Amino acid sequence: MDNLIVCLIEAKDTTTVHSKIVLTSALFFAPSPRTRIAEVRLVGRHPEVYEPCDDSFALVDALLADKAQLEELKPSLCLEVGCGSGYVITSLALILGNCSNSEVQFLATDVSEAAVHTTCSTLAAHHVNAEVVVADLVSGLEKRLDKVVDVLVFNPPYVPTPEHEVGVEGIASAWAGGDRGRMVIDRMLSIIDSLLSSKGIFYLVAVTENNPGEICQVMRCKGFASRIVVQRHTDEESLHVLKFWRVDDPLDQEGPTTPSVSPRTSSLHRTFSQRLARLVSFK
Amino acid sequence: MRLLTHNMLSCNIKGVTNGFPLAIEATTVETKEVDMNPDFLRHIFPKLEWKAFRDASHSLGVDDLPEQVDPDMLLDEEFLRRFHHALLEVHLEEGVLICPETGRRFPVSKGIPNMLLNEDEV
Ligand SMILES: C[S@@+](CC[C@H](N)C(=O)[O-])C[C@H]1O[C@@H](n2cnc3c(N)ncnc32)[C@H](O)[C@@H]1O
Repeated sequence: MDNLIVCLIEAKDTTTVHSKIVLTSALFFAPSPRTRIAEVRLVGRHPEVYEPCDDSFALVDALLADKAQLEELKPSLCLEVGCGSGYVITSLALILGNCSNSEVQFLATDVSEAAVHTTCSTLAAHHVNAEVVVADLVSGLEKRLDKVVDVLVFNPPYVPTPEHEVGVEGIASAWAGGDRGRMVIDRMLSIIDSLLSSKGIFYLVAVTENNPGEICQVMRCKGFASRIVVQRHTDEESLHVLKFWRVDDPLDQEGPTTPSVSPRTSSLHRTFSQRLARLVSFK
Repeated sequence: MRLLTHNMLSCNIKGVTNGFPLAIEATTVETKEVDMNPDFLRHIFPKLEWKAFRDASHSLGVDDLPEQVDPDMLLDEEFLRRFHHALLEVHLEEGVLICPETGRRFPVSKGIPNMLLNEDEV
């Protein structure tokens, strides 16, 4: 059995790294001779940096569930936009780094300088190498990232808010998404085609208010197939993780709105998310 | 910021056509040792803009990279070592990246480049 143990360790303050383990969850994957351990600790806190929450966990769960496919893809370059605490990019690197794929380059951006610094600490604490840049989406990188990104992940500011709250300084820019929560998401959708490689995969977190079905339609017109890989209801929101990939024939794809999580995987998601929910209430 | 990052950045101000590579004005440069991973180096080599990388390494005080390169060099241990050092161990901690076309200055502070633009630049 291939065990992947995810531990979240809560640090007491930004300087204490050794701290209390509040969660240990064992996830079981398809049989494999090796045992792998991914430990992602939250090593830094900053009042203006988004702490990993249900949405972050849903995204990492989607990546974990796709581990085999991601390995098979043999990505050269993985990019996270809006890396916040660094929880997701660090997890992705650990998910991929434990296989033979040592050639992978990781890259992360965030519009918040504080977030980028927190990401650096999280990466360093887990001995993960990644390039990190303060950028608006991928500003300054677009020229050299032209159709070379193999895995792209984005947990955007998706909460519907008045438009003037979008992109302001401070923690609000971590969640404020403007009309239907789509302002930042839509800007991202418009550049996916210029970023993704021919085999590239894009993972996006969205909530019901963002109209995930319509997001999939928009992407279908741009030549991307889609699938909802995680769907999860919390007290506050209904989370979706959408997955997109290129298709030659825009019609040759599965229905975008059908959740296609296998029964085994979805029960796995449920157990994992329940434990994480407990973690969140613990805090 | 490592030179691998520098190699990926360009100035994206509206209307700029020649925003690569950014010139470097270095204030603080640090060296942090990391294990060498020849597979990573071989993989990344064809994707690098070599001239930009070599010029950037000069700005950070590294002078031992050849001007002309070919993939055969990746079999040479000594070359790999230099390549590894310049690409992944030398960090620009404090300094400025400068657009070759407009002279726009992008700050690098605590090792992080800031590529945000003002509203009138997008
Ligand atoms: C919901 S948080 C997700 C943080 C982290 N990836 C996670 O999953 O825990 C959204 C992040 O996107 C960043 N962000 C918001 N607008 C952005 C933009 N235009 N470009 C880059 N990052 C942005 C925020 O600063 C914040 O860190």
